[in-house]
Amino acid sequence: MRYLVSVIDDKSDPGSTDRQPAISAFNERLIAEGYWVFAGGLADTDAATVVDNRGEQTVFSDGPFVESKEYLAGVWVWECPDLDVALRLAAEASKICDRKLEVRPFL
Amino acid sequence: MNDVEQAVIRAHRDEWARVVAALTRRFGDLDIAEEAAAEAFATAVERWRADGLPPNPGAWLTTTANRKAIDRIRRENKRDGKHREAQMVYDNTPPAPLGAIDDDRLRLIFTCCHPALAMEARVALTLRMVGGLTVSEIARAFLVQGAAMERRITRAKAKIKAAGIPYRMPSADDLPARVSGVLAVLFLVFNEGYLASGPGTDPVRHDLTTEAIRLTRLIRALLPQDGEVAGLLALMLLIEARRPARVSAGGELVPLTEQDRGAWDAELIAEGHRLVRERLAAAAGGVAPGRYQILAAINAVHTSARDIRDTDWSQVLALYDQLVRLDPSPIIALNRAVAVAELDGPEVALAIVDRLAEALAGYHAYHATRADLLRRLGRGRQSRAAYDRAIELAGNTGETAYLTRRRDQLR
Repeated sequence: MRYLVSVIDDKSDPGSTDRQPAISAFNERLIAEGYWVFAGGLADTDAATVVDNRGEQTVFSDGPFVESKEYLAGVWVWECPDLDVALRLAAEASKICDRKLEVRPFL
Repeated sequence: MNDVEQAVIRAHRDEWARVVAALTRRFGDLDIAEEAAAEAFATAVERWRADGLPPNPGAWLTTTANRKAIDRIRRENKRDGKHREAQMVYDNTPPAPLGAIDDDRLRLIFTCCHPALAMEARVALTLRMVGGLTVSEIARAFLVQGAAMERRITRAKAKIKAAGIPYRMPSADDLPARVSGVLAVLFLVFNEGYLASGPGTDPVRHDLTTEAIRLTRLIRALLPQDGEVAGLLALMLLIEARRPARVSAGGELVPLTEQDRGAWDAELIAEGHRLVRERLAAAAGGVAPGRYQILAAINAVHTSARDIRDTDWSQVLALYDQLVRLDPSPIIALNRAVAVAELDGPEVALAIVDRLAEALAGYHAYHATRADLLRRLGRGRQSRAAYDRAIELAGNTGETAYLTRRRDQLR
């Protein structure tokens, strides 16, 4: 099964910023063990643009689409046999990147 | 009740979890397993009445449920096209030997008590899938509308499927945490029965305590080496043993200190004490006991005293000290203070209890304990105020009645 792992940061209580080397090493392991599909960190929500073309005209507006204390700071996509494996990896990942994570299955 | 009805009831109690578990493994779908098992039991009522009891009711039920499940999948295939065909040939292994079927039941329990499900969903799912209670029985037990309980169970099953919650034994690394998750679910069921909440309900819901004990016995049979499983079973038995003395004829809760100990169930106490002794022997061999084992030991001390005056309070306190090290929660500290009051007097205990004010301000037992200590210290006015608060917060009808009487006795 494929899972989207969202890395959640908190504006008022941000996690530590020195985690990149540990995250890189963790990613290497994900690749070696066959779980890795994709990973990427995201720029600040200030850089987001919302696009809505459901009506007559395309509307561009300054993002993010929802203003909140907590925001998406990055994503992983993992291929795992089941949720137990995904949760075990996510528990490790949360410690390594010092952030809260959400694990959500793809359809 | 005639023989057939009795046989169906017995088979339901003994075989439900086994049938659901075997079907879930074979068809990889809790929904199909649950429905087919329910249909098989309904069919059993008719067939057994007409044809007599089969020589092996369990095997009969499994075979019938399997057929029902295949019928349903065929029907859905006709309706939804062929894409479910693959699922039907998913597992054609012959019926597994008994040992493996028992593993199936464990798998089922671990799936229903999965930490990715909300606690209330775990409770409902476990009672339905493993316990075989009907949705309306579970709804009644938790004072929820039947339709709401149905939705809760349906949502939980949908999450299991969509999120890929596996139907297998947890890995060795995860096992202790997962077992303790299962025990938490069972203890919650037990406690809801033991101290039922809600106005107009019986103070003790025997059906829930009985079901919790039955399921814990099942886990004990499946995981006989696990100390905490034994501890939880002992704890439940020793609490359940006191049930006949716990509610007065007037529906009032009777505290441990005032119970008629002759009314306690000697058989349950003996079984509970045996389990506690077994765990004490293991502890002597260097296995550190977990919280259920320590709680069971505390209850063993209480149930060993023929008279409240014979209670070995220093032993109780020593066990609470051990428990506090494991679980430094304010509720444990509150219960420990009760033992302190017996050994060092109510004044010392009150000082401990007062330190818990912030953490436990919304907890009725905090105010009830304080009220009792203040009463013993002759501080009637403060005691009355604490009883008032406890009565406001208590959800159990028997407890409210007891606290009210206690308050009204104050002068």
